Amino acid sequence: MSSETKSRVSLFGKLAQHVGLVPNPLSDRSEKLKPRIRDAEKFHSVCPYCAVGCSQLVFVKDKKIIDIEGNPESPINRGTLCPKGSATYGLTVNPQRLTKVKYRAPYSDKWEEKPLDWAMNRIAQLVKKTRDETFIEMSKDKPDMPVNRTEAIGHLGGATLDNEENYLILKLFRSLGIVYIENQARI
Amino acid sequence: MAECHPVAYRFVMEAKERGAKIIHVDPRFTRTSATANLYAPVRTGTDIVFLGAVINYILQNELYFKDYVLNYTNASFLVNEDFRGPDQLGGLFSGYDAKDQKYDRKTWQYDVEEGQQSKGDKTRSEEGESHSQSAMSGSRQGPPKQDPSLQDPWCVFQLLKKHFSRYTPEMVEQVCGTPKEIFIEVAKTLAENSGRDKTSAICYAVGFTQHSTGVQIIRTAAILQLLLGNIGRPGGGILALRGHATIQGSTDVPTLYNLLPGYLQIPSETADQYTLMQYIQQNWTPTGWWHNMPKYIVSMLKAWYGPHATADNDFCFNYLPKINGDYSYNQMFYAMMENRLKGLFVMGENFGVGGINARYQMEGLQHLDWCVVRDIYPVEVADFWKYEGIDPKTVGTETFLMPAAIVAEKEGSFTNTQRMLQWHDKAVDPPGDARSETWFMYHLGRLLQELYKDSPENRDKPIQHLQWELPIKEEHIGEPDLHYVVREISGYTVADNKPVAGFAALEQDGSTACGCWIYSGVMTPDGANRAANRTADPVGVNYGDPEFTNHSNWGFAWPANRRILYNRASADPDGKPWSERKKLVWWQEDEGGSSGGGTQSAGEQAGDNTTPDHKGKWVGNDVPDFPVNKSPFTPQDPHGMGMAAHSGRSPFIMMADGVGQIFVPVGLADGPMPTHYEALESPIHNPVYKQQNNPVEIKHNREGNKLNPPFDPDYPYVVTTYRLTEHHTSGAMSRWVPWLSELQPEQFAEISPELAAETGLVNGDWATLTNVRGEVELRVLVTNRMTPLMIDGKKIHQIGMPYHFGFKGIVTGDTPNNLIPMTEEPNVRIHEAKSFTAGLRKGRRTVPPLQTEPVTSDGMVQYRGGEAGELISEVKLGVVDVTKHENTPVDGATTYTATEAGGQGRAGSD
Amino acid sequence: MANGFFTDTTLCIGCKACEVACKQWNQLPADGYAMTGMSYDNTAALSATTWRHVAFIEVPKSKKRLPMATPAPPPAAVPSADGGNSEGLKILNINGEASLQVGFPDIGQWLMMSDVCKHCTNAGCLQACPTGAIIRNEFGAVYVQPDICNGCGYCVPSCPFGVVALQHDDGRAFKCTLCYDRQKDGLEPACAKACPTDSITFGNLDDLKMRARQRVAELHARGETSAYLYGVDEETEVGDLNAFFLLKAEPEAYGLPKAPRLPQDRVGRGYLAGFAAAAVLSVFSALVFKSKR
Repeated sequence: MSSETKSRVSLFGKLAQHVGLVPNPLSDRSEKLKPRIRDAEKFHSVCPYCAVGCSQLVFVKDKKIIDIEGNPESPINRGTLCPKGSATYGLTVNPQRLTKVKYRAPYSDKWEEKPLDWAMNRIAQLVKKTRDETFIEMSKDKPDMPVNRTEAIGHLGGATLDNEENYLILKLFRSLGIVYIENQARI
Repeated sequence: MAECHPVAYRFVMEAKERGAKIIHVDPRFTRTSATANLYAPVRTGTDIVFLGAVINYILQNELYFKDYVLNYTNASFLVNEDFRGPDQLGGLFSGYDAKDQKYDRKTWQYDVEEGQQSKGDKTRSEEGESHSQSAMSGSRQGPPKQDPSLQDPWCVFQLLKKHFSRYTPEMVEQVCGTPKEIFIEVAKTLAENSGRDKTSAICYAVGFTQHSTGVQIIRTAAILQLLLGNIGRPGGGILALRGHATIQGSTDVPTLYNLLPGYLQIPSETADQYTLMQYIQQNWTPTGWWHNMPKYIVSMLKAWYGPHATADNDFCFNYLPKINGDYSYNQMFYAMMENRLKGLFVMGENFGVGGINARYQMEGLQHLDWCVVRDIYPVEVADFWKYEGIDPKTVGTETFLMPAAIVAEKEGSFTNTQRMLQWHDKAVDPPGDARSETWFMYHLGRLLQELYKDSPENRDKPIQHLQWELPIKEEHIGEPDLHYVVREISGYTVADNKPVAGFAALEQDGSTACGCWIYSGVMTPDGANRAANRTADPVGVNYGDPEFTNHSNWGFAWPANRRILYNRASADPDGKPWSERKKLVWWQEDEGGSSGGGTQSAGEQAGDNTTPDHKGKWVGNDVPDFPVNKSPFTPQDPHGMGMAAHSGRSPFIMMADGVGQIFVPVGLADGPMPTHYEALESPIHNPVYKQQNNPVEIKHNREGNKLNPPFDPDYPYVVTTYRLTEHHTSGAMSRWVPWLSELQPEQFAEISPELAAETGLVNGDWATLTNVRGEVELRVLVTNRMTPLMIDGKKIHQIGMPYHFGFKGIVTGDTPNNLIPMTEEPNVRIHEAKSFTAGLRKGRRTVPPLQTEPVTSDGMVQYRGGEAGELISEVKLGVVDVTKHENTPVDGATTYTATEAGGQGRAGSD
Repeated sequence: MANGFFTDTTLCIGCKACEVACKQWNQLPADGYAMTGMSYDNTAALSATTWRHVAFIEVPKSKKRLPMATPAPPPAAVPSADGGNSEGLKILNINGEASLQVGFPDIGQWLMMSDVCKHCTNAGCLQACPTGAIIRNEFGAVYVQPDICNGCGYCVPSCPFGVVALQHDDGRAFKCTLCYDRQKDGLEPACAKACPTDSITFGNLDDLKMRARQRVAELHARGETSAYLYGVDEETEVGDLNAFFLLKAEPEAYGLPKAPRLPQDRVGRGYLAGFAAAAVLSVFSALVFKSKR
């Protein structure tokens, strides 16, 4: 307690801090209390929200994330986070997360769960079918100019993905001839 | 900034504590205004008038940084005498073609020596535009004529002065609505805090960009900063505060239609790019750093097509698709509506809420054959087939909603708003069948290569020859090893497969491969990933300001781990720091004149014309953005190529002329100098010029995407949208999180007490915003922080609203972006979202009520309050009864002022 | 060793990182999802599941008096209700009301303040707790031990700040623990750690108070004379607060009592009055009975 306390403390007030004549004892639980990140594994991460690039620490126990907070070593955020960054745990460990492939057949009014492998194969076939049906190999006006494009497949997104992921998107989709490729950076 | 980038704002607050002046210019009084020294209200979309008037103030009062302007900008360059400006042509520049709504930029060119046309600066080519064909031929045109006295009426400086002379403080008050005295205080403060000893920075976000004059608004800021000498110097600059974790990265490694990695252009059919040589000729500049561009495209092609890419086959240049027009964002949705686009991938973009005219975009998806949505939550966009009363039985789109991994569940890098790459580690596996995009793309590519394996067709060669093998790092989920992707992005030598040190090591003969030249060097030659560098500088060890450190061992900032671009400008023409206080890099002469031997810091840039008289090197507290051994006294070679064409006093190495562009002869579609036009939807006539709107703006008046009729009295209010601290973009990453949802649980609009009185609304009322695109219901927050403005003698009300709400999540609401038209700014094709018009009436919307799918936050909280050490996973707290969500009564009805409510922070609880 | 919070409202940007960081660390549920209409404040108050709460107070400019850059209002221990206009918003050389009616928002200051349990020196809740659940722990914090608490609720009305509350579906009392668990490992409490602008600082109380007094002196030197400390260097019934504040308007503006009082302190006097009354009655009755005899 501070030495500078200058308050009027009534005798009754003083007495009332105790049950009996000694301070209230610590319970068993209070004595054993410890932060849940003690002995947790620590990983370095970057906040997924805006582009300030705050560094985060992800604490893991038993292969489960138990806490995400700011990394004090970062010269950008020095351990701090904004409300969104502080909520990253709630974004990551959340019962509303998607965990299964959902599929909605043409003209169906519902989602159904599908195996991941099935979806991957089906998507690859759809890409091939659409590409093959719509591919423009040579320019219409300039018959000797290869243009190698399909105008029937598009891609949207990228500002929330990793650089490496964007690179792979670009490398594969450009090589398939896709020209409609855009992300949030345009808008 | 305090609203959307609170952690970046902590630097602003620190600076303020040390005496910096914080100026905030915004249509509404925000959390930033509350902590700024000076707040200036402004009508949305009038930034060119505001900043233009600051420019005028600085020119009229001779407050510009003369040595900087004279040496480091094109202020002294002479312009073609046929040039005419908006003050002469009613708001248009010379060369306007009213029929095609386009400019011929011939008259905007410099007056060059020997009567030749200058090529000017060109780092961005436009689709369909023809360019001079002199590239790579070994000759180039002469430099522009100059008048170092800045007195010639045709010099850029005088043209600028004339152009902005009508942008007066009175004009600011009339057009922007900002009280004159406040404006003058802003201009004075900026000028007083710039110069040799001081620098000022301008921070902006989409409040600048999302306008029909978006690019020119930023140009105005750039001109201002050049005049004040605030570019390339510590504490200066124009800082775009970007809104997604790697929106900068997705521009550098661009999932954008017109670009290849590192700002290389996509090949063009329209521009007759039959061969790699033709592509290069049209996209490089013979002078300046960009003359290295051929090395970058060839190295990229080697990275993609490996041994198949040879000099004989143009390094597979023709494997790349060629564009034939505009394939930008809006066009994609028109292609859907017209059934031209059949299949679509959507990865982490929820345009069902965040898109402009979101309803139109959702309808577009209903025309597809198939659609793959990858996200971490079942976001709005995936439900396009049952949106707003659509009968799913009429929608034939085969739809996949695939679970994606989030940051902590995969490794990879983000590029932040300061161009800094930072690596994140993988902490745990993603849940269930959730996978990273790396996983998805790798396996999709693998399956497609399998499907195309036996094809004899030429057109399938790009897939067959694509270098796509990656070792699998994690067998149990099949996750590829990203080390090899990073290595490819960073670049390696083809012969021995070793990472290169940086882009200076790249070649155009096919001996090097590099996926993205500006990221080159992110992997060191010994294979270390510099994005994962995590050693911050101790405070107080560096030059100048004891607090100023560059943390060069934290992350990797492209290019070449350089923290401040064009930092040669932090030294004077002779290479000395402008001032001790603001020193960053400077020229250090070798002692005794002996050869410096080029300790090329970071080994990134070879000095290609060192002079024998002055041997030395650029040193300081950053990687010099200049050939490291090129002395400030190196003369310009008027007929030289590449960097030889620049003198030792030309900091802007990416520019063809080596100087900052106050006047832009080539590269902009809507004028060489910024000009104020009214927003496409504006309640007033342009008070500055006869020309009402940007004359080359691309409008899209089509069914479902109409503009409000001009000056329609039904839509008298100016509306702008923004983000709140408590939410993120479309809410896909915030409205599913209880802790954020409770902080801003409903869609609202902020209105002034005057507007509330005019429309009969009280605080908390339901109201509906209307225009030709539709209706959006919301609740009103009546606040003194909003104010009507007197614009050109007319009282204009502004309405502000966040745009985070949609029909799914813990908290739901109408989507404000449904009210905004899809339009295209002519340079970069951004829409005008920050200024449009609408009507406001009391009551909820009349068109079918919103069908929402709110979810509960059941099971969200796994630990019990106060007992953080214990796991009690069964506890279900934070359950919300969604049926009680609507029509929640509002406490403290019309007023919430401290005096009247007396400690109103606790109303309803005490 | 006593630790506490110093919350400097002049540095608060109202981001609510403290609210979320607290809920995340302590795994507290949301309170509900309804807009209050009170500026940007939708959690409204501290509760059993909201242990940090950011209040937003929009202080309008007086219609009659125009805000000026200088001079600042005369120094006062507690500033006037309009908070003065010495800081925050700076408007220069405007002479006349007309330009303010239209064209400039009628807002003097937008005050933001992160409220929290004060961990009082004389803690009403601790004094009232009959079960021994509420203790003062080794870090000087007033801590509710949930394994002892039986939900009697005596602590609730005993808190002069309205901080401690019962969790409706649980029955027990909850409030800020000053991150007791984190402190055991020398970790900073979650709110103070997250705060981007260091409006919330955590540390040894003596150090914090020294810094806080320096800060007030600094602000006064800059002309921001409305700044003062709430919860230290004042004589009140609750004593010094282990979580104290630097404010720039009257305490009431932030929803804080000007002079926090403990109900318990009335108890002693109550007893005395009772005894006195009994004595008087005894004497009276004795006299009466005596006189009857």
